[in-house]
Amino acid sequence: MSATRTNSRNETRIVVDPQLPTIEIIREFEAPPERVFRAYTEPDLVAQWLGPRRLPMRIDEYDARTGGSYRYVHRDEDGTEYGFHGVFHEVRPHDRIVQTFTFDGVPDGVSLETAVFEDLGGRTRVTTKSVLDSFEARDGMVASGMETGVVAGYERLDELLDAGTTES
Amino acid sequence: MTDRLSRVFSALADPTRRDMVARLATGDATVNELAEPYDVTVQAVSKHVRVLEEAGLVSRRKDAQRRPCHLEAEVFDLMTKWIERYRREAEDRFRRLDAVLEQMEDAPADGAREQGAAS
Repeated sequence: MSATRTNSRNETRIVVDPQLPTIEIIREFEAPPERVFRAYTEPDLVAQWLGPRRLPMRIDEYDARTGGSYRYVHRDEDGTEYGFHGVFHEVRPHDRIVQTFTFDGVPDGVSLETAVFEDLGGRTRVTTKSVLDSFEARDGMVASGMETGVVAGYERLDELLDAGTTES
Repeated sequence: MTDRLSRVFSALADPTRRDMVARLATGDATVNELAEPYDVTVQAVSKHVRVLEEAGLVSRRKDAQRRPCHLEAEVFDLMTKWIERYRREAEDRFRRLDAVLEQMEDAPADGAREQGAAS
């Protein structure tokens, strides 16, 4: 069972619309919507995966309820902090999360993110659509990414995958 | 880099230009040849070509009489490279989520904890 699980790779798909300033991210998970939803809303679980790579993630607030707000900070090796914040416009258990998203470094920029959890019978497809306020912001988001992060991320990933397979 | 990417994206936001790019992917063509399938003036097609040129998607040889348009494949590569990097970052994040989900399976929740009760 765990062998088939590791073999069947769920690929992330990205859709960048040339007509609209949006980014769509589509990914399937080997878990029912209830569990995926918990991993998206419980702060202690969110902290384990949402951050960019091995930068420590500090969650100041993560009140994933309709009307709640969130704020978290990533710290890099130099001690530079990257903060992100927003509000939860709607949190519908196991089904849908709509939230705003702002990077502290671009305080005037805000995107609207909708995550939809689709039940595939024990598995879940999550489609996240980000609507940005301009093409420049969207393209900047696609082109962003810290050079060093990619390699570090794969190392961290390997550790987690190893931990995951030995346990099941 | 980002500016260049933005120019490529916006150049491709137009369906006629996307069509012209698809046509050029099969081989070089003059503005007149590009204009043939469309019900628009050669001037309008010229304008589209200029946008594609400014985005770096198309180049035109200065010396040749017919000045055929040539598709710059490397610029496409640049765009797909950025998207692929963004995709890999998302994939990286989601694989960590995979591991979290798997660990959750081993230690099931004690009742209804989902409404942000954990803090």
